Amino acid sequence: MSYLINGKTGNWEVVVGLEVHAQVVSNTKLFSGASTEFGAKPNHQVSLIDAAMPGMLPVINKYCVEQAIKTGVGLNATINLYSVFERKNYFYADLPQGYQISQYKHPIVGEGKIELDLEDGVTREIGIERLHMEQDAGKSIHDHDPKRSFIDLNRSGVCLMEIVSKPDIRSPEEAGAFLRKLRAILRYLGTCDGNMEEGSMRADVNVSVRHPGENLRTRVEVKNVNSMRFVMQAIEVEAERQVSVWESGGEVIQETRLFDVNKGKTRAMRKKEFAHDYRYFPDPDLLPLKLEIEYVNSITSTLPELPDEKKARFVKEHGLSSYDANVLVSDKQKAEYFESVMQYTPKQNQRDRDPKVVVNWVTTNLFGALNAVGKDISESKISAEQLGDLLDLVSDDLISGRIAKDVFDIMFETGRDASDIVKEKGLTQITDIGKIEAIVDKVLLENPDQVNQVRGGNNKAIGWFVGQIMQATDGKANPQLVNKVLREKLN
Amino acid sequence: MSLSHDDVEKIAHLARIKIDDAELETLRTELNNIIGWVEQLSKVDTDGIEPMTSVVGTNLGHRNDSVSEVNLSDKILANAPDRVGDFYAVPKVVE
Repeated sequence: MSYLINGKTGNWEVVVGLEVHAQVVSNTKLFSGASTEFGAKPNHQVSLIDAAMPGMLPVINKYCVEQAIKTGVGLNATINLYSVFERKNYFYADLPQGYQISQYKHPIVGEGKIELDLEDGVTREIGIERLHMEQDAGKSIHDHDPKRSFIDLNRSGVCLMEIVSKPDIRSPEEAGAFLRKLRAILRYLGTCDGNMEEGSMRADVNVSVRHPGENLRTRVEVKNVNSMRFVMQAIEVEAERQVSVWESGGEVIQETRLFDVNKGKTRAMRKKEFAHDYRYFPDPDLLPLKLEIEYVNSITSTLPELPDEKKARFVKEHGLSSYDANVLVSDKQKAEYFESVMQYTPKQNQRDRDPKVVVNWVTTNLFGALNAVGKDISESKISAEQLGDLLDLVSDDLISGRIAKDVFDIMFETGRDASDIVKEKGLTQITDIGKIEAIVDKVLLENPDQVNQVRGGNNKAIGWFVGQIMQATDGKANPQLVNKVLREKLN
Repeated sequence: MSLSHDDVEKIAHLARIKIDDAELETLRTELNNIIGWVEQLSKVDTDGIEPMTSVVGTNLGHRNDSVSEVNLSDKILANAPDRVGDFYAVPKVVE
């Protein structure tokens, strides 16, 4: 399914590359021992290095290097045993050094790839160009004072990974899928919390358009897109803008644009003079970063199971469909929830839980209910153990599937145990054949017309009777038994 | 390669150094001398020789990921020309 813009001069293809800035999970900054904890008072987590006091020297945080290597391995990428920190020079009030320490010619991670699972089971491979480490800048606040900007350097020096994709993305949907997959990988690895709304994952989007088969045309960089939805919107509107520029005889110029969330449009940024003259050069304060292959291997060997591996295992071990497995592994916590429902110690005489039943309840019922109230799996009042107990009540024929849904709703609201709710409300399924026969007799006696219909060959009327009996028992009669008894009595 | 007055002005601007027009010619000559010297160095045949980044034969030192600096806001802000609460205050930056 390809995404094409239908223009006056034919179809246009969208070419997108993403640059994602991912804040590294670490206790301290990339080159100083100041804390990275979120929410501190302004300028309370700033070392003399982060404030660029004269004579201060940066010393690299070993754990940040480890996190970058882990991420590189998770992106199926080459780890460069030799990388170099350079200075990217520019002036801005929240950059006290006057330069950002970054990597340029020699990044720590080279080419890799991410596999996307798109709708209708299609997979697409998106290339990773590189990953490099760099310092974050401080934060400027412009709206507190008419004449002054306020600067908080707490974020200054925090380690970022800039992850650059190849221009392999061809639609807004693919861009969304790329970001979701990347976020899942980062979260599985624990190298970035992936929270776009809080700014720990930010994306710049490079967009160009072309007629299919043409060489690449000029690209535009769209900044300031801080949610998945905005990334997708920005691509859509920017691509359409470019098509209309080309088709009206104009030329798209290489520039940086901002996505205006309120207007749903991109607009050109004020052209800063010499904006792109960063004059990179190797930072004389830092020697090149040389890694031993044994060190890289030791990190690789400690990596957790990643989404693609987990998905393959779910399909193989539990016989799940590719779709169900994708839904589960898209979020580490969801996958863990499913696994804890599956990994229980069976009580005596109990069968193993059926993975397909579990996946249905977890994805449809639980995730559905959580989505409806805008909650996260970590906020679920129903623990994996409790959900498992509910499913056992059904498979042990203690309650019917219909009753289970009602019990589930109460559990979802209150977090109580299924068996308590069943006991308190008297919801236990009626499996006593004598009781069921009595109810069936009563219903048959009250509805002689329908009895005649069934006997006259109208089998649909049996269904009607099942409904009547379920209603008469508040859904508690065991449906299999009801069917059996009905057929016996009506024959 | 030889620098023009425009080049010197551009370099000064990028470094945010204010210079008078009267200084332009002196600076241009000095910078050209430096460039000339570097050009002289690049005549040396360095094919197949790895660039040297440091004269010390050690690896990059590192530190562990534990917090060693707690609140230094008083020191950090001590020289700030202007502050509001714990923020630095600077002339308005307009995007």
